[in-house]
Amino acid sequence: MSAIPIIVGYTLREALRRKVFTVVLLLTAGFLFLYWLANHYLFRDLSHIGAPNGIDARGFAGATMFGLAMFATLFLGVVLAVFLTLGAVRGDAERGLLQPLVVRPIDRPTLLFARWLGAVAVCTPYVWGVYAAGMVITGLTGHWWPDHIVVPAIELAAGVALIASLSLLGSVFLTATANGIAIFMVFGAGLVAGLLGTIGHGLNSPTLKHAAVVAAYIVPFEALYQDALHEITATTTGLTGFLLELGPFGGAFIHGTSVRLWAIAYIAVVAVVAALAFSRRDL
Amino acid sequence: MTAALTARGLEKRYGSTVALGGVDLEVGEGELVGLLGPNGAGKSTLVKIACGLVRPTRGRAEVRGARAGSRDAKRQLGYLAELFRFPGWYSADELLGLHQRLAGSAGGAQERTELLELVGLSEARDRRVEQMSKGMQQRLGLAQALVGSPPLLLLDEPTSALDPVGRRTVRLLLEELQRRGTSVLLNSHLLSEVELVCDRVVILLRGSVVTEGSPADLSKPRGIEIETDEGTTMHDGTREDVPRLVADLVAAGRRVYGVRVLTSTLEDTYLEAVGGETS
Repeated sequence: MSAIPIIVGYTLREALRRKVFTVVLLLTAGFLFLYWLANHYLFRDLSHIGAPNGIDARGFAGATMFGLAMFATLFLGVVLAVFLTLGAVRGDAERGLLQPLVVRPIDRPTLLFARWLGAVAVCTPYVWGVYAAGMVITGLTGHWWPDHIVVPAIELAAGVALIASLSLLGSVFLTATANGIAIFMVFGAGLVAGLLGTIGHGLNSPTLKHAAVVAAYIVPFEALYQDALHEITATTTGLTGFLLELGPFGGAFIHGTSVRLWAIAYIAVVAVVAALAFSRRDL
Repeated sequence: MTAALTARGLEKRYGSTVALGGVDLEVGEGELVGLLGPNGAGKSTLVKIACGLVRPTRGRAEVRGARAGSRDAKRQLGYLAELFRFPGWYSADELLGLHQRLAGSAGGAQERTELLELVGLSEARDRRVEQMSKGMQQRLGLAQALVGSPPLLLLDEPTSALDPVGRRTVRLLLEELQRRGTSVLLNSHLLSEVELVCDRVVILLRGSVVTEGSPADLSKPRGIEIETDEGTTMHDGTREDVPRLVADLVAAGRRVYGVRVLTSTLEDTYLEAVGGETS
């Protein structure tokens, strides 16, 4: 177990040295600036919008904008997680980076777990930082704050950690490029399923809703994201709450303790499969 | 006494391709064994099984009694891969420090200094890997393999990127390790190098051992060259025949100026064993 902090340190150092980290930071700065600009103009012009009776225009705009910020946070966090892990096994083995580590007296599952911990240690503060920045921007410019703050932050970070575990599993079998493409396709498929579910919910289509629920459980980062969306407007009711559930960023219908427990179990299953596969892999 | 490395009936298949077809091999304590063979003979596969990077399909490999690939086995070996790379942002000193922590070595800065001196990289202690030539990286790789003074060293083409001076440094290093009692399995294409330093040579061909023995045992007599007042002549025979041949020539009135017993080189033995196969 003493090898874990050594490999985590190695991963952290690798992450900070990679150009992708700088690129993600620049993208984040660009996003936050544009997000502030959008919030500034949206809330400045909000008084000119004649919202129908029963609609809390500020709450609706704030929740939708912050939902968008949460989507961007998840996406940027996933980009970071994938680039930190996509070549962890096969990619590093092909480059000859992995062999000098594997021949040391460390169990392979321990090595893989430490790589995952290292990626999570980089991605979690990043996700929380962007999440907090988005929330503060909307809060200060629009005077709207989410109903719950902590749980959505944890769920976004967990969604990114889940993608990191999938990416590590993929890295055991696939080359770095193939793994990166595969993980982003899975991520995209999950988001599309979530949007379809929202549409199905609006149209009251049981088939679409059922398909979205199944997809959310197959790739639970989507379920966690939906649950996080639900949490930011958990106490918003009435027509505003109903409309938020119809929007792509303002509400969600998949939520609750079951998706959170399933996400934890899912990470555990992925970890076990990855550890077994890595243990049997020839390098 | 337990051997440093033992392989019994070691077999490795990749689908229908047989990389190793039941290899038996032993590296004794303090012994330096050279592993020779054409490309694809299974040399790297054998070394990788020994250090736990590859799982055998059948058979067993042990490092000083511990199953190859187990933590106990890994604690007792150092390895330099044929194709390896270290993260470019580490300095030589930091890289050795990382491997000291992973290997559980308590050698500290003194061990790192000694290792860098041993491979001729004292001046490059703070230089980053990305600023080193391939040859320097290979020497750093050797230093990394020696972290914690492992009793068994597995070297896969350790001189492939080195110039003649670098190769000589490695040869001297191997001789030093021999003096210290470290067991070494050296996989190399450089026959002259193997002939100079190895106690024993094993030649692999298509996944099987075809010849093994000490370089002296593997050399075969190729005749006796005798220089007389009538010129140089070749005679059949071995070292034991020299007194008789010289006596006969002297009795026949010849003046003998020089006698040379000719034996085959390791290269001749190798070419005979592999039948000219290259891959």
